[in-house]
Amino acid sequence: MFDAPGPRFRRRVFWVSVASALVLAALAALALRQFAANGQLDPVRWRPYLTWPVWRYLLGGLGSTVVAAFATGVLAMAGGLLLALRPNRFTRAYAEVMRTVPVLLLVYVMLFVLPSFGVNLPLFWKLVVPLALSHAASCAVIFRAGVGSVDPGQREAGLSLGMPDGAVTRFVVLPQAVRHMTPLLVTQAVSLLKDTSLGYVVSYTELLFNGRVLANYNGLLIQTFIVVAFVYLVVNLALSRVAHRLEARRARIAR
Amino acid sequence: MSLVLEGFLNTVALTLLSFAGALVVGLVVAVLRIVPVPLLRGVGAVYVEVWRNVPLLAWLVLFVFGLPEVGVRMPLFWTAFTAIALYEAAFVAEALRSGVNSVASGQGEAARALGLSFRQSLWHVILPQAGRRVVQPLANIAIALTMATALAGVVGVVDMTRAAQRINLELAQPLLVFTGVGLCYLLMAAGIGFGARVLERRLA
Repeated sequence: MFDAPGPRFRRRVFWVSVASALVLAALAALALRQFAANGQLDPVRWRPYLTWPVWRYLLGGLGSTVVAAFATGVLAMAGGLLLALRPNRFTRAYAEVMRTVPVLLLVYVMLFVLPSFGVNLPLFWKLVVPLALSHAASCAVIFRAGVGSVDPGQREAGLSLGMPDGAVTRFVVLPQAVRHMTPLLVTQAVSLLKDTSLGYVVSYTELLFNGRVLANYNGLLIQTFIVVAFVYLVVNLALSRVAHRLEARRARIAR
Repeated sequence: MSLVLEGFLNTVALTLLSFAGALVVGLVVAVLRIVPVPLLRGVGAVYVEVWRNVPLLAWLVLFVFGLPEVGVRMPLFWTAFTAIALYEAAFVAEALRSGVNSVASGQGEAARALGLSFRQSLWHVILPQAGRRVVQPLANIAIALTMATALAGVVGVVDMTRAAQRINLELAQPLLVFTGVGLCYLLMAAGIGFGARVLERRLA
């Protein structure tokens, strides 16, 4: 976007940096002052988060989050595969509906509608089924894009070698498609992990719900939810980093 | 019936306002991410990573229950608006940035070879070309934002989804209520998609 900077430009960059550093410091100071003025920086209010029982409870919640995300991921990929293999009017309508209707609405249907029709699933499935229904549509899009990204010449080459159609799909097209799809699927996993925070609504004991229970118990609202947000951040940053790494490797191999 | 209307209006208002807010903040963050000042680029990157890697519901809970604890008191609707706008701004910024990046680097080089400054080449060469390409991604973000406003219902804003749940408790006509609300979301998304197509044609 810009040339290698000359001396004058470099001086300007330096002064802009200094000015913005001052603005940032001022903002941080303002936030800290606001926290301190309301006694939220009191060490007593933060010390519980240096103790193991509190962390064990939160990490237990993280464990449930991961289990729910994993179950959803497996179901969503299976559903996505089914949707991607049969592109017809029904699957297109399904994808369109799932792209526009909030998952929360589906969760409410699970919570309040289906029980009156005699379908009362355990809490875990009340969270996992709506999430899987909605993420299956996204997975289908990723699968279709992955298969579409493989050069048609690859399939033709396989067929001209006399390989049967199924074998070409399985041994030539899919392995390359998987390489294209993996970064996207990992990104999808981040969004899925974030969506499991709806466990807060269905009272499934995942990370955010455990945060609520903890905050109700010790009254440290802001501290608890900052710590919870931090845990989400660390886990999802790690996943994003993996996606980035995979994407870089794919670009290198493709070249 | 008034509850339905209130919920619908709240959802529409929250969607429109948060999208406008997200566009403004997202534009600022996107500019931060491409300026030649490393510190500001870092700030932009940290903003995007922090906001989009934490669930929106966690942000809403933190804002709605946390802000009063540090002496920041706002009406519930505006707290939800702030959280949603700041969250979606991270996605808007990424969409804008990849739009700018998608303009071939030869265009920027040509602009500079003609003696245009960074600001001039950004405003007169890069952004007009990027504008067309970001319409579709931004429309997708707007649709996602429509869905995201449903989460504001969890922290107490009476939006469409929340209204549906309340009405369902009274009416006990779940199928009708939830299908109706689902249709409303579909209509809003269709409207956004239509607007995006018109805008795209206008910019082309």
